[in-house]
Amino acid sequence: MNIHEYQAKELLRRYGVAVLDGHVAWTPEEAAAAAAKLPGPVFVVKSQIHAGGRGAGRFADDPNGKGGVRLAKSPAEVQAAAAAMIGHTLVTKQTGPAGKQVSRVYVEAGCDIARELYLGLLVDRAASRVVIMASTEGGMEIEEVAAHHPEKILKAHIDPASGISGFHARKLAFGLGLTGKQVASFTKFVLALYGAFLELDCAIVEINPLVVTGAGEIVALDAKVSFDDNALFRHKDLESLRDDTEMDPKELEAGRHELNYVALDGEIGCMVNGAGLAMATMDIIKLYGSSPANFLDVGGTADAARVTEAFRIITSDTNVKAILVNIFGGIAKCDMIAEGIVAASKNLSLKVPLVVRLEGTNVEEGKRILAASGLAIIPADNLADAAQKVVSAVRKGA
Amino acid sequence: MAILIDASTRVMTQGFTGAQGTFHATQGIAYGSKYVGGTTPGKGGTLHPTLNLPVFDTVAECRAVTGADASVIYVPAPFAADAILEAIDAELPLIICITEGIPVLDMVKVKRALDGSKSLLVGPNCPGVITPGACKIGIMPGHIHRRGSVGIVSRSGTLTYEAVAQTSAAGLGQSTCVGIGGDPVKGMDFIDVLERFLKDSETHSIVMIGEIGGQAEIDAAEYLRAENFRPGKPNKPVVGFIAGATAPPGRRMGHAGAVISGGKDTAAAKMEAMAAVGIHVADSPASLGSTMVKALGR
Repeated sequence: MNIHEYQAKELLRRYGVAVLDGHVAWTPEEAAAAAAKLPGPVFVVKSQIHAGGRGAGRFADDPNGKGGVRLAKSPAEVQAAAAAMIGHTLVTKQTGPAGKQVSRVYVEAGCDIARELYLGLLVDRAASRVVIMASTEGGMEIEEVAAHHPEKILKAHIDPASGISGFHARKLAFGLGLTGKQVASFTKFVLALYGAFLELDCAIVEINPLVVTGAGEIVALDAKVSFDDNALFRHKDLESLRDDTEMDPKELEAGRHELNYVALDGEIGCMVNGAGLAMATMDIIKLYGSSPANFLDVGGTADAARVTEAFRIITSDTNVKAILVNIFGGIAKCDMIAEGIVAASKNLSLKVPLVVRLEGTNVEEGKRILAASGLAIIPADNLADAAQKVVSAVRKGA
Repeated sequence: MAILIDASTRVMTQGFTGAQGTFHATQGIAYGSKYVGGTTPGKGGTLHPTLNLPVFDTVAECRAVTGADASVIYVPAPFAADAILEAIDAELPLIICITEGIPVLDMVKVKRALDGSKSLLVGPNCPGVITPGACKIGIMPGHIHRRGSVGIVSRSGTLTYEAVAQTSAAGLGQSTCVGIGGDPVKGMDFIDVLERFLKDSETHSIVMIGEIGGQAEIDAAEYLRAENFRPGKPNKPVVGFIAGATAPPGRRMGHAGAVISGGKDTAAAKMEAMAAVGIHVADSPASLGSTMVKALGR
């Protein structure tokens, strides 16, 4: 689960991480009032969306104008900047061409920047430990640095048994060329950030840029926090930070029914059990010359109601020209899936061709239910047969 | 021989009296495996209501009384790491965790506890391990398997079934199938399983199925280059497949570990690395069996 920058900073502040003063604003007037509460003389107005590249991004209705992060020198300028952002669609490298609508801005105190650094925390899967990454290349995407200058990324792995220690932070600080009181300020920052990462069950915390001020203080200029979805059960309070408007409505609906769904831009809707098989089904559709409209793992405990919901979500995508159901029953039982398919086809009066491949647990009963239903379902014997049939069904319809 | 489990393996279940534990222990027993008991804290001293096997409060007690040497875990995600830690503490040689959705920082602690322990962990978020005709531990449908010569190791459950069905249909069968699971931090990884397949006299060839995300498949390919594909030496043919060629970068595809981040963890990069060391990469998930038949020169 991702949250906005202003929410991330508010959380991190509670854990003793140094952030600048700021206030969220939902209207240009609120933005001006927020600025009036800050010392000035410089303010920064930042569009709040769940995507990076905001500063370099442009608004869809003003492609030659300024970006999604603007400097202002008075509350009036703050208000004008906020008016240009709120309700407008910001397109950045990470949003895709459709962009994302800005519903709120963060008004923050200006900052005297001496150096921009990078700091990130995540779980290193190969090491099976939390790794703290730091780089002198602040403001750049870390993937770019990793690709072209891997030697500029410093790492400290933390043993979960002994936890973080001052030396981890000092090692990074000296590696970054920090001196004097900067080292102590950085150490305090890193220890606080690691504490927040553990306490909040974060998946990623990225401070980019991390700033060294003219006075030698270390402070977060930006903050990106995402949480481990699997750990949200023990952080009920974080649920209030969720912003549903940032999600694809189909994905949101799928989540409510415990379906794992990712919207894509192809023409064949897929319903599969198991994540690996669901990906492989997308891959084989591509191999046979078409493209998948979605990833959908219906899960092992799928019943008729969930199958119906899955179909409802798949068919709500108007790009879908045919549907492929691919089930290899283990815990999932083919007869239950078949009953779901029959119920869904009738309830939703399906208008696109439906190819169904069933295999595994209770397959014979599943096939019998489909055959007896009298529905125009195209049965398939195996994965290749299914892919070939669904792609040719799309071709015939075109 | 097969690997990890055989007909003599004594299996206990953590989360024994729950719906999942009961259902899959029943299936495992019907398959002919030796299930000896299990734990449900608070129900120690009773008999399982339908299986007539002893229930214990703690793993250590269960192991001491029943002589279990493998434990399978169906405990819900919030308590699953605790269950694994208890099994490690009781020195179970093999721990198989089926549970999906364990917080990754819990698994970081579990991994640390495994260091220097007497236990091997398979999973979590996996279908389990089966040696066809001998022992079935996990949630896979037993009837699709045939005892044979192909070792299968996979990050995906249902895609493993696909490989099983295809190698069964090709008349090859399987020595052992190991689902290592879809989580980013897990117990045994590809290399740990491949190492055992290479040493196993019953395993003549290997299918390895990976996914987008992480470097484990690339590390495994390098391992096979050094240990299996040595110039002038006999080798065990390996067929590989990576799911997720069509997955968009940055999106998590169902499995917690299946997300492209950084560019070197794409399906294309992994397939290229695998092909470069001599692994026969199947271009389609439907041609795992036929690719193996070709690789074996039959």
